[in-house]
Amino acid sequence: MRKLLLYIIILTTGIIFLARLFYLQIMDDSFTVRSQDNAIEVVYDYPQRGYISDRNGKLMVSNQPSYDVMAIPRNLKPFDTTEFCEILSIEPEELGHRLDKAKIYSPILPSVIIPQLTKSEYAYLQEKMRKYEGFYIQKRSLRDYQVDHGANILGYIAQVNQKKVNEDPYYISGDLIGRSGVEKTYEELLRGEKGVKYIQKDRFNRDIGPYKDGIYDTLPTKGKDISITIDAQLQAYGEKLMENKRGGIVAIEPESGEILSLVTAPNYDPALLVGRKRSPNYTRLYYDSIAQPLYDRGLLAEYPPGSPFKALTALIGLQEGVVDTDDRFSCNNGYNYGARRPLGCHAHPSPLDMVPGIAHSCNSYFAQVYRKTIEKHPTPQEGIDTWNKHLKSFGLGEFMGNDLSTGRPGKIPDAEYYNQIYNYPTYKWYSTATISNAIGQGEVLMTPIQLANMTATIANRGWYYTPHILKSVEGDPIKEEKFKVKNETSIDRKHFDPVVEGMHQVYKKGTARSLQIPGIEIAGKTGTAENYTKIDGKRTQLTDHSIFVAFAPVDNPKIAIAVFVENGYWGSRYAGRIASLMVEKYIKKEISRTDMEDWILSHSLEDEYAKPLSGEPFIINQ
Amino acid sequence: MGKSVTGFDWITILIYLLLVGFGWANIYSASLTDDFSSFLEFNQIYSKQGLWIILSFFLIIILLSIEGKFYQRFSSVIYAISLLSLAGLFIFGSTIAGQTAWYQIGSISIQPAEFAKAATALAVAKYLSGIQTNIKDFKHQLRVFLIIALPMILVLLQPDAGSAMVYFSFAFALYREGLHFAYLLLGFFAASIFVATLAFGPLWVIGGVLLIAILVYLKNLKRRPNILKYLFFAAVAVGFSLSVNYVFENVFKQHHRDRFNIVLGKEVDSRGIGYNTNQSEIAIGSGGLFGKGWTEGTQTKGHFVPEQHTDYIFSTVGEEWGFLGSTFILALFVLLMLRLLYLAERQRSTFNRVYGYGVIGIIFMHFLVNIGMVIGIFPTVGIPLPFLSYGGSGLWAFTILLFIFIKLDSDRMSF
Repeated sequence: MRKLLLYIIILTTGIIFLARLFYLQIMDDSFTVRSQDNAIEVVYDYPQRGYISDRNGKLMVSNQPSYDVMAIPRNLKPFDTTEFCEILSIEPEELGHRLDKAKIYSPILPSVIIPQLTKSEYAYLQEKMRKYEGFYIQKRSLRDYQVDHGANILGYIAQVNQKKVNEDPYYISGDLIGRSGVEKTYEELLRGEKGVKYIQKDRFNRDIGPYKDGIYDTLPTKGKDISITIDAQLQAYGEKLMENKRGGIVAIEPESGEILSLVTAPNYDPALLVGRKRSPNYTRLYYDSIAQPLYDRGLLAEYPPGSPFKALTALIGLQEGVVDTDDRFSCNNGYNYGARRPLGCHAHPSPLDMVPGIAHSCNSYFAQVYRKTIEKHPTPQEGIDTWNKHLKSFGLGEFMGNDLSTGRPGKIPDAEYYNQIYNYPTYKWYSTATISNAIGQGEVLMTPIQLANMTATIANRGWYYTPHILKSVEGDPIKEEKFKVKNETSIDRKHFDPVVEGMHQVYKKGTARSLQIPGIEIAGKTGTAENYTKIDGKRTQLTDHSIFVAFAPVDNPKIAIAVFVENGYWGSRYAGRIASLMVEKYIKKEISRTDMEDWILSHSLEDEYAKPLSGEPFIINQ
Repeated sequence: MGKSVTGFDWITILIYLLLVGFGWANIYSASLTDDFSSFLEFNQIYSKQGLWIILSFFLIIILLSIEGKFYQRFSSVIYAISLLSLAGLFIFGSTIAGQTAWYQIGSISIQPAEFAKAATALAVAKYLSGIQTNIKDFKHQLRVFLIIALPMILVLLQPDAGSAMVYFSFAFALYREGLHFAYLLLGFFAASIFVATLAFGPLWVIGGVLLIAILVYLKNLKRRPNILKYLFFAAVAVGFSLSVNYVFENVFKQHHRDRFNIVLGKEVDSRGIGYNTNQSEIAIGSGGLFGKGWTEGTQTKGHFVPEQHTDYIFSTVGEEWGFLGSTFILALFVLLMLRLLYLAERQRSTFNRVYGYGVIGIIFMHFLVNIGMVIGIFPTVGIPLPFLSYGGSGLWAFTILLFIFIKLDSDRMSF
């Protein structure tokens, strides 16, 4: 025992030490992280964000330098708070609060303390900076808007949130990231690659040279300049026409699927969301729950499409062989089916075949075509599903797969949907239960961009390219396959001719007679959609939405457009005029009918929008 | 000497060379600065240590050339000189970092406390190998304790509590020679209470002692233990702790206390409790399995670990050589101590064996306290890691300590 004791003690000590080393070096990796935290400082060099131009090369978005005051809490030394707060015009309590927050976030990682200094603040502070140990100024590039429109398209950049920082190792707290619009969709093109330097620090946090002689260091790569498909001039004009109205305009170049303009109203100046005023401005826009300026109506608003949908009813009827262009249907100021209330119609010649049917937008005509389409099949379920399949081939009822940062699928009902709402098979339902679909009311919902794309598809006589916003990157036109493949509809080309002719007649002698553009052959379709809201829990009808779709020229379409004006009453009243002016502006670059332009510019719908909020009874459709 | 060359234990010598060589590589890395000019720049820490290593080879030749009997015969003289040199510090010594532990001769400073360990080992061996000496006799026990306590107290007064603590390691040699096990336990408790009182304060220690006493008492309750016995032991332990604390707080002046605190790492801890240990753990932990490579340690380069080339040299090993490298060093130390144990046990003379046990005890104490501290399972007590830490006195003292034993071992047949 006397000989063994020391053996045992030595071996035991050796084993305990080995176990401890195993724990420190192999099992627990937090030490590795902490070593990188305190021995190596990572310094980023932010690149210029890529510029954004419109389809004609007009610069829309460039950059301005921006300077953030950053702090690394661990390195802070006592400093002259009064002076510091004075230079940066910040309350000392607020500064203390932000520093505490930074410390909680991380004592060793940099946090933004004062974002986006003004030029004079920067100039003044820079000289004094070495007095404030632990603070430094981080240069970044901020957006500089060359236009005051298109905010919904361009989107904005803002500080990256913590969730994204956790998900994507590229971002660190304080980085700027595209939060909506093109800035969001094409963030990776626009942002470039930030450069990084690893600096070896000693325990006094002094720089002692590049880590591993800089083999891991990189230089920043500038973001790519992009062109978008928007026509800035048309966009500006659209936004001007939509002043004091709510709704959306979407214009598409049919032969390419390029989005020419994407107007939402009301809107805001993109410059509002830049710099230190970004936060209060954003809050103000965000909380405007009545006008909802941040809500992109062109992409998100799902409205009943109304009469323009009749073109699709006609096309499906022709494709299914249930109607011929010469078939005439009579209209007795409406369509009566069963014991239900009739689908009303307005005064026009009767009976009508297809082309005048479209031109006069006869509800009765399309109700009968729709009914024949559904009833061609043994069951209404099969009928609805066939109808649904045709509509899906127009990209309706689902997300389009475009390159916009937001969107909605709209709604095209199918058999399952009706089975559910009518509790099939306990109760049966028939085509008449869905008859409102024939005229784009009922259960059908479409966003303005879907309406525009439908118009472009008709203009192309049966196919479309998925609408998109990116035109070229650094001058190279995009080659993305999903925007270069024709989407063919399930309707044969020949059936489009009568429908196009009908839409042409809308201008010639139909519901849009007054909106003809001198020298341009134009096809279009008015729409008037009933809509309701809830006031004090009571379903209340509001003034109809004014809807219009058009494309021109008829034989070689350059533009397809959908205009949606909330509560604008009938189709040709607001939407039709705006569509007509937009088409003329785009094709002729000037407006010949200044009286029409004046009418739109001088008419406001604010009174109409105030009605449901007034708390008093009001009259609609006046 | 031709006969003797084969008589030396080459395994021990090889381990010695590996430790010293590896130690230098790590000192080089830990002391590397940006203004690097040349290996031959003698004001650099690593070149100084290199010089000490080369000189220690000459020292080894001298040590091995001296007749083994010389060490035994002159051990009392060596011990006396060693005591004088320790005492002389209080008159002639110079104070570095709060410790009056150095003789400054020109640009060279010598730390007699390092050499005193070997001298004490010789003296203890000499006394125990005396024909009349009986370790079971209380009078003889007192004498041997005195031999150990004299240098210990002188070192403690410098103050260098870490080095003083090493003298507790002679308990292993005494136990091997027949001292009752209780002394070993007593020594162990005394050492623990000593360190714990200085590191954590007497309140914690008293609390701990009472808690242990109560737990043991309750556990043995069925056997009707004598409560007075427990009270006595507890009282002695508390009394010892309090007297250590009393001496520390009242007998010592503030500057003495400061020095103790420096030795214990309390004052160096400039960024809050545990900074040294924390940084050392970070450095070692970040090494992983294979380490970051020689001179590539980010913590070492940034000099995050204080005293890294001296007491904390093992953290450089951990960071740059990883788990494999630190295991290698652990293995070398364990092998060295086991080999020395084997050698000690094969000695025919009591003197040789006791000296051998003294050597093992001293190396073990340094190994235990230093690595224990660096890997964060032992309180911060500043003593160097034998053969690896920077310091000429330390290197030479351990070289002398070890090679006297190698010489004695090679001579064992001639007795």
